[in-house]
Amino acid sequence: MNAEHSVPNDPSARRLRLSGLIRKEFLQIRRDLSSIAIAFLLPIVLLIIFGYGVSLDARHERVGLVAENPGPETADFFSGLQGSEYFQPVTFSDQRAAKAALNRRQISAIVRLRSDFSRQSLSGQSAPINVVVDGVDANTARLVSGYLQGVWAGWLQRRLDERAIESTQSVLMQQRIWFNPAVRSRDYLVPGLIAVIMTLIGALLTAMVVAREWDRGTLEALMATPVSVGEVLIGKLVPYYLLGMGGMALSIGMAIFLFEVPLRGSLWVLFVTGSLFLLAALGMGLFISIIAQNQFLSGQVAIITTFLPAFILSGFIFDIDSMPVAVQSFTYLIAARYFVAILQTVFLAGNVWEVIIPNALALALMALVFLTLAARRMPRRLG
Amino acid sequence: MLYAMLGLLKKEFLALFRDKKSRFVLIGPPLIQLLVFGYAASYDLNRVPIAIYNEDSGSASRELIARFTGARAFREAGRITRQSGIAEFINPKKALLVLHVEREFTRDLSKRKPASIQLIIDGRNSNTALIALNYAQTILADFNRSWTAQQRLEKPSARLEIRAWFNPNLNSQWFIVPGIIGLLTLVVTMLVTALEVLIGKALPGVLIGLVEASFIVLMAVYWFQVPFVGDVAALYLGIILFVVSTVGVGLMISSLAATQQQGLLGAFLFIVPSIILSGFATPIANMPEAMQTLTLLIPLRYFLVIVRGVMLEGIPLPLLADQYWPMAVIGLVNLGLAAWMFRRRLY
Repeated sequence: MNAEHSVPNDPSARRLRLSGLIRKEFLQIRRDLSSIAIAFLLPIVLLIIFGYGVSLDARHERVGLVAENPGPETADFFSGLQGSEYFQPVTFSDQRAAKAALNRRQISAIVRLRSDFSRQSLSGQSAPINVVVDGVDANTARLVSGYLQGVWAGWLQRRLDERAIESTQSVLMQQRIWFNPAVRSRDYLVPGLIAVIMTLIGALLTAMVVAREWDRGTLEALMATPVSVGEVLIGKLVPYYLLGMGGMALSIGMAIFLFEVPLRGSLWVLFVTGSLFLLAALGMGLFISIIAQNQFLSGQVAIITTFLPAFILSGFIFDIDSMPVAVQSFTYLIAARYFVAILQTVFLAGNVWEVIIPNALALALMALVFLTLAARRMPRRLG
Repeated sequence: MLYAMLGLLKKEFLALFRDKKSRFVLIGPPLIQLLVFGYAASYDLNRVPIAIYNEDSGSASRELIARFTGARAFREAGRITRQSGIAEFINPKKALLVLHVEREFTRDLSKRKPASIQLIIDGRNSNTALIALNYAQTILADFNRSWTAQQRLEKPSARLEIRAWFNPNLNSQWFIVPGIIGLLTLVVTMLVTALEVLIGKALPGVLIGLVEASFIVLMAVYWFQVPFVGDVAALYLGIILFVVSTVGVGLMISSLAATQQQGLLGAFLFIVPSIILSGFATPIANMPEAMQTLTLLIPLRYFLVIVRGVMLEGIPLPLLADQYWPMAVIGLVNLGLAAWMFRRRLY
């Protein structure tokens, strides 16, 4: 030990020590293949589940139709529903049967035309169309009522056209949905999902690595060697950074080639911002791992602080602008928030620098803070 | 026997709560997450930025615009004076949508010609875009109704009267907060079971899951004011079966894992698809058939139907039988397998 005291600090010795540390980490990765599974299996499983399984577009929604006095007028109105791809109509003979079906969740809405519907609508009175939607899932309920409004407006227009009368619907709305005109929810879910997956990978890969050394007592062995704290951290970061970027490349490739999400911006922007994000995520994982001091706790903290916040607070599914101000300020602490904004913009809108630059700077700052904290809290001697 | 069990239980609890950091992990984060997620996870739009591009100087357009900017869902982000300004607001996300009223708007309306407005919406999050469109349609329908009444125009031959059952104001918190009961119970229960290597212990996981779920139910009712119209027994049978089946899966993962990292990976591989495929945030009915079949393996899926059904709709216990028995089966199969695996590993 004493002979080693004159620690050689010239660049070549440092390089040697660093490459040794990196090799050791790679050996450890090879021994427990779960790191490789985290980097490559996790993205594949999650992207396939999300890409194919998740859709917010309510299609073929089952709707109960009740005509208390069926006739040409009611059939004409219902034909609009039957022709729509949003609905899968089911006819009921009376309201009671329809209500029972709604209670059993077999249908999500009831459209009821009362017995005097034909008479009223022909005589120039406004005939009421009673709609009941199942409000338990408020989002679907709102989408269903929006689609029903569309069917209703189309029906009114058709009748007026038949009678060659100008519209009584005074103002018409033309809508254009930019960046995703077909409103494919997959096109925004898949890019956002890459941020969620990378959050998981970053934290999972590193949450264990220092804690493992604590548990096994190998940290003491490391401290006895002439390596510096910075070298230990870099030795831990490089292998997991490479693994993580591999996972990200795989995810982006799947998004483009398997899910056919358009990429309107540049790949290099994704590479640079992805690196910043990964450094922040790895830095956070290392920090957790150093603070927790054992794998059990470190794993618990990683589960709690990564997936759910990235899922709910990143703007990936839920709109951040609509959250209460106090909760909005909380979202600034979530690195995924910045990366989701970048990913959705670069994929669907292109290189919009007003979005990319501030979010990339925020990621860089988070990476810097977490890595500095990790270096500071890394134990230098046994306490 | 009972005495020995009680002693064992006490020991487990002491072991779990002895470590100050562990204690914090089990109590602090669920509370914080419940409060933050309960308010954050919502599909309702609230003060979303809208930019106005008004080329018309008439009074009708001013009235229409006031209806938009005054709505709770929107807040005015700015005014635009030329076509290129639309991209300047939408691209950098300064506005989610732009309302464009053309020059002839008031003139057309007063001549009883159909007038049109344009709505340009940022589709980067297409679900938010659709919801915003929906709000806009409602505002416009209100405007049309009052305009028709004012001008004594011919009434439309039918009108829609929409009511929502179980949640009349379509408050999505009522849907999401009961979902969070399932989410956090799942996570905490997995934390205490799947990460333990080699030591199969079901009781602490079950007890912690029960305490956690009860606490969040109380918070949902008394803090978030989610209605509870059903039967407490129907909910508790659901909670018990859900916790037991989750503990079963957790112990199964723990029995398969050779290292804690593998246990952690297994926990994630179960938690993440569970939450995504359970119907927590996206309806199961929208999924393709194959995925819908896959969801049958997920205990959370059944629990969400129970907790929402009991709290919001008051579905009685017998009608929920189809939700109870799959969880019981999942729980028993996994507990049995885990027990068998642990025994094999010990000898």
